[in-house]
Amino acid sequence: MLKLFRYLTRRDWGLMGVSFGFILLQIWLDLALPDYMSEITALVQSPDSPMSTIVSAGGKMILCAVGSLLAAVVVSVCIARIAAAFGARLRLGLFDRVQAFSMEEIGRFSTASLITRSTNDVTQVTKAVAMGVQVVLKAPLTATWAIIKIANKNWQWTVSTAAAIGILLTLVAITMFIVLPKFKRLQLLTDDLNRVTRENLSGIRVVHAYNAEQYQEDKFKQANDTLTKTSLSAVRTLACMMPNLQFVLSGLSLAIYWIGAILINRAGAPAEKIAIFSDMIVFSAYAMQVVMSFIMLVVLFIILPRAQVSAKRIREVLETEPALRDGARTDGEQEKRGEVEFRHVTFRYPDAEEAVLHDLNFTVRQGQTLAFIGATGSGKSTAANLIPRFYDVTDGEVLVDGVDVRDYTQEALHNKLGYVSQKAVLFGGTIRSNVAYGENGGEPPSEEEIHAAITTAQASDFVDALTDGLDGYVAQGGTNLSGGQKQRLSIARAVCRRPEILIFDDSFSALDYKTDRALRETLDRECADATRIIVAQRIGTIRDADQIVVLDEGRVAGIGTHKELMASCEVYRQIAYSQLSKEELE
Amino acid sequence: MAKRQRKAPDRPERPNNFFGTWKRLVRYVRRHLAVILLALVFAFAGTVLTLLGPAKLKEITNLITAGMATGIDMAAIAKIGVLLIGFYIASMILSVAQGAIMATVTERVANRMRGDISKKINRLPMWFYNRTATGDILSRVTNDVDTIAESLNMSVSELVTSATLMIGSLVMMLLNNPVMTATAVVATMIGFGLMSLIMGRSQKFFVRQQKHLGEINGHVEEIYSGHTVVKAYNGEKAARATFLDMNEKLRDSTFRAQCLSGMMPPLMGFIGNFGYVAVCVVGAMLVFNNKADFGTIVAFMIYIRYFTRPLSQIAQSMQSMQSAAAAGERVFEFLDAEELSDESGKSAALPQVRGHVVFDHVRFGYEDSDKTVIHDFSAEAMPGQKVAIVGPTGAGKTTMVNLLMRFHELQSGRILIDGVPTTEMTRQEVHDQFCMVLQDTWLFEGTVRENLVYCEKDVSETKMRRACKAVGLDHFIRTLPKGYDTVLNDQVNLSAGQKQQLTIARAMIADRPMLILDEATSSVDTRTELKIQRAMDALMKDRTSFIIAHRLSTIRDADLILVMRDGDIVESGTHQSLLEQGGFYAELYNSQFDNA
Repeated sequence: MLKLFRYLTRRDWGLMGVSFGFILLQIWLDLALPDYMSEITALVQSPDSPMSTIVSAGGKMILCAVGSLLAAVVVSVCIARIAAAFGARLRLGLFDRVQAFSMEEIGRFSTASLITRSTNDVTQVTKAVAMGVQVVLKAPLTATWAIIKIANKNWQWTVSTAAAIGILLTLVAITMFIVLPKFKRLQLLTDDLNRVTRENLSGIRVVHAYNAEQYQEDKFKQANDTLTKTSLSAVRTLACMMPNLQFVLSGLSLAIYWIGAILINRAGAPAEKIAIFSDMIVFSAYAMQVVMSFIMLVVLFIILPRAQVSAKRIREVLETEPALRDGARTDGEQEKRGEVEFRHVTFRYPDAEEAVLHDLNFTVRQGQTLAFIGATGSGKSTAANLIPRFYDVTDGEVLVDGVDVRDYTQEALHNKLGYVSQKAVLFGGTIRSNVAYGENGGEPPSEEEIHAAITTAQASDFVDALTDGLDGYVAQGGTNLSGGQKQRLSIARAVCRRPEILIFDDSFSALDYKTDRALRETLDRECADATRIIVAQRIGTIRDADQIVVLDEGRVAGIGTHKELMASCEVYRQIAYSQLSKEELE
Repeated sequence: MAKRQRKAPDRPERPNNFFGTWKRLVRYVRRHLAVILLALVFAFAGTVLTLLGPAKLKEITNLITAGMATGIDMAAIAKIGVLLIGFYIASMILSVAQGAIMATVTERVANRMRGDISKKINRLPMWFYNRTATGDILSRVTNDVDTIAESLNMSVSELVTSATLMIGSLVMMLLNNPVMTATAVVATMIGFGLMSLIMGRSQKFFVRQQKHLGEINGHVEEIYSGHTVVKAYNGEKAARATFLDMNEKLRDSTFRAQCLSGMMPPLMGFIGNFGYVAVCVVGAMLVFNNKADFGTIVAFMIYIRYFTRPLSQIAQSMQSMQSAAAAGERVFEFLDAEELSDESGKSAALPQVRGHVVFDHVRFGYEDSDKTVIHDFSAEAMPGQKVAIVGPTGAGKTTMVNLLMRFHELQSGRILIDGVPTTEMTRQEVHDQFCMVLQDTWLFEGTVRENLVYCEKDVSETKMRRACKAVGLDHFIRTLPKGYDTVLNDQVNLSAGQKQQLTIARAMIADRPMLILDEATSSVDTRTELKIQRAMDALMKDRTSFIIAHRLSTIRDADLILVMRDGDIVESGTHQSLLEQGGFYAELYNSQFDNA
């Protein structure tokens, strides 16, 4: 938690200083109250003091209370400011950091977890700062100040107060010792419960089909009962704490009065008795302040562990350096425009033992089509993902326009590319905002260009059918569109960029054969000078490619045209025959 | 949805029917009511003891002032002191007992509630899940139940304690001195008015903060999940600009909300101090005029704290009870949802299934819509036949197998297995006839073995191994760190194909008379598919099988191909006869390898 504080700015520290000053003022005023109280007590006890002095002392007390309130308001404004700005800064920091991550880092954290870290965890920390800063500053100050004020009054009282604090701290320590580990476990058990429920929900058809309802229920019951058991012992322990604290508090009051009675009894002169008496009243007020500030600290100990966990999760992200380093080049070599070359490319996922790609070599020139085919897990998507630098090669080089992709600024590199992912990704907005998405270093596309891209992607039939046409609503994630529609829009988005190189990462599998074919025909016509890289599963999709790279467990099993491969490559033949009969392939 | 549970956002939600829902809640905890009442009595008694404390302290003070000149009656003080200690101990025991009882009761209630929800999940008709998001149900199991439990645990007894404390201290004050009581009440009311003014205003800011938080969550979710696209399209700047704008708004509303809520405690403190001062001054005047004794002031100084403290606590409890009611509404709404019809009266059983399946003029539309998905579907599958259902997306293929499994009820028409309409059997009985393999491979966190055997009883090791060998997975599983006992979770990377192989093996182990494959091999590459195909062929042997596939190559040898389009069978026959027919099927089939 403390390590996160380096994300506080100078201004925040300034505000913190201001808060500190006002907290001091507030404490001073708060602790002045009992002084006036003692004055009034003394006045009341001496029969000849005039009424007006009592009223004026009362007036001063009210002034103190109002002053303390005002100081507290200033403090809470300052701290709210710090907390809100701190939260916003952390959120932005996380957002920027995640944007800079490559798929490697994202995969390490998982997208879902990154989302929670950027939102919920930040909220937790912000809350803890908002509540914590004030308590942390105020409670010890109040306690110390109050102790100083009463320390010289009477050692017997001081000792009893100290004893009360000692008991209090021991109690809290014991409770925390028992409860905190349980709370940590509770978090895990809740995750378990959630997981079991989610599994049941996501597999609802399987559960029914296997008549596994009872099995799921038993599983849930087990998770549920473990959770309840742990929670029960934690909550019961906590339930004991407050009454105990209350007991200490009440006991202290009684002790002060009891001791007071003895002291007064022992004292000689009446004036001395009155002094001790008013001291007693004041002392009990101070002692309460001291004990209450310790209780405040205890509350903090209850909130803190959760914030601590969140802070750690935030730090993990912020302290992960993005593996990608931006290059400086903004343009490739003119004469090699549209060319993609893999030179001895080897790629291994971090922590993996086996490389996914071994020594991959090929060159594809402007306007040509290159296809990757192979079994699931053969590394074909990975190969395509190396071009936009979603990952960086472990060994070798990937060149675009004759320049290593790592030498470009990412922006310049991406301006050359039109990438279509396997799973269509759409953003909330309109058809237009989705097709014209992003920047390509030039002017935003015109109305005609958007229409043309939609037509090329075979999406015009359903876009035209929408009442709002290009302004048709797209829900977040494109949930109001079918899988095929989403995929066609995401293809239109790539085409609309007019890129030098189009990359289709298994983007055609969601389309039916007819659309697949029509799409390839129009692409050939409309994007003739764009280099196309296609990852595919269907032979039909790629049989006309200029080069087909056949991958088998990360190694090249063959490179060539359909005809050549049919003649020479066993793996390719197997794939082909598994899809089409011999006659159809001739 | 996020992997980890989301804590309920700061509950601005308001219930539609506060009292109705709480009545339900009370009914739900009916069996614990006696214990709860006991806890409440304890809370009440404990509070009363707390209230008597200051009165006794007052007596001590008075004894001291009285003995100021003559000497203090130490014996009397000791007597009161011992009595007070007794009070304190009794009060502590009562509160601990009360707390422990309430904690136990709430945990039990939460446990039961979660259990009820979990049972409910499997009793709901399938269409319920078409319109309810998984995340929504999950948050009912955890967040909503937690909110209710928290409220039951804290608010209910807190409310009793606070009310007792407030009324009790009022009574005690009145008994002690009416003039000072009036002072205390007036002073408190002034402060309380101020506080509710601020409370009312801050509510608005909290709602706004929640709204902005929701917006930024949505944006972050979208941008993070579309990370590759955002990057590849240089959309970072635009995304960042939107984010900055939202972040700024959120910062502002957080600041305002936090500001106001941060003022609450000092304000409460001020109300306390204000009352304190008022009581002191007025008390002093009274003592001065000999209308009260000094002990009364001492007692009042404590009573005024007891009187003001519950005010904020009652406000808090009410708020928490409000959110509990809102959560309760969501939980009960789920528990009240219409369940699958009861089938305990049905007894039709199929001892020796041959696998003769007839679809007789089946018509179907989803329960919550008017659209008819299947218009008039009739077909017959002979025992042991391999029946393929093909057609473009949205034609109703998956719907047909769902109907066959009785995941949905027909609008009209019948489905018969060996001449018995499926509606005359229990759903369990229907399910027992089919092995089912779906496109989305469903695996859960658990060992490979648990995933394979699933809920099947008494599966021998050999049977499991045989199934895995058949789907070509045995070798791979044995290379895993712990073989069949390896726990499958995020860390174990299975390819789509391997996951699919596992589910196919699971179906083989279940070993039911008929088979349904719903796009079972779509996510497997064709070469792996070829390997699996052999296993599947073995699985299909002598079993009536229903196969949905969009890769038409896999179903060329089917005995019967049903070509569906827009909820109807448009063509049917064998591969050869359909090709010769030159209709829709031929068109579909040829498009996959036409020269572009």
